[in-house]
Amino acid sequence: MSEKYVAAAYLVVFVAVLAYVVIIGTKLARLEAALAELVERVRARG
Amino acid sequence: MLPPLAVVLFATAISLIFFWVPEDAEDPAQRIFYFHVPIALTSYACFGWGAWKALRVLWKRDHRADVESYVAIHQGTIFGALTLVTGSLWARATWGHWWLWSSRQLVLFLVLFLFYCAYFMLRFSVEPGPRRANLSAVYALFGVVLTPVSFLAIRLAEDFIHPTVFTRDGPQMTGSMFAAFCVSLAAMLTLFATFYSIELAGKRIDAQIRELREALS
Repeated sequence: MSEKYVAAAYLVVFVAVLAYVVIIGTKLARLEAALAELVERVRARG
Repeated sequence: MLPPLAVVLFATAISLIFFWVPEDAEDPAQRIFYFHVPIALTSYACFGWGAWKALRVLWKRDHRADVESYVAIHQGTIFGALTLVTGSLWARATWGHWWLWSSRQLVLFLVLFLFYCAYFMLRFSVEPGPRRANLSAVYALFGVVLTPVSFLAIRLAEDFIHPTVFTRDGPQMTGSMFAAFCVSLAAMLTLFATFYSIELAGKRIDAQIRELREALS
């Protein structure tokens, strides 16, 4: 009976870490896109 | 360097917890301890680090420390939420309750967690700048006072529901249990250091992009 609580506790931590990595990955992709846009703007200015 | 170290430490901790440490005959759910307590201690470390950086904001006028304090408190709140969830699962398995309002240490940890949740409300209700940095720093310093109270409550509480593992006589567990606990604590602290450095780098790049955008417009 208690095994399911042990599994749930470890699963919660694993899911939280995974969710954090996905969120940070999404944010870094957004930053990369913003940086690419700025580089384009600087190039367009000559 | 940090991310591979965190992965190795986590893999080692999981292996030790599930394949090496003997099961507690009185409490089969005791295995939650190896993650629950290190997560709680890591959240205290995050809040402590956040307060140290907040002190630097007020003392040295180091405004780079403002974002460092914010990121540490953000991490601390995540670890705090995980402490509450894993603790609640352990409580359900062992005591038969998800939560006990009569247990002062649980309520004190919840107060600490909610206090830091309110930090974000305060921070984002003020325009970015020195005023926001100062207000956030003062709040973070007030919050860190609650950390030892929460930690000591486990020892001073009269209900004795929450187990006390670390006493004046040392850790009340076998050598293998203590080894697994130490590896797990190292894994959690490394995870915090990894996420802290990644999130901080992201915040700094974001700020630089905003500055660059303003300069170009």
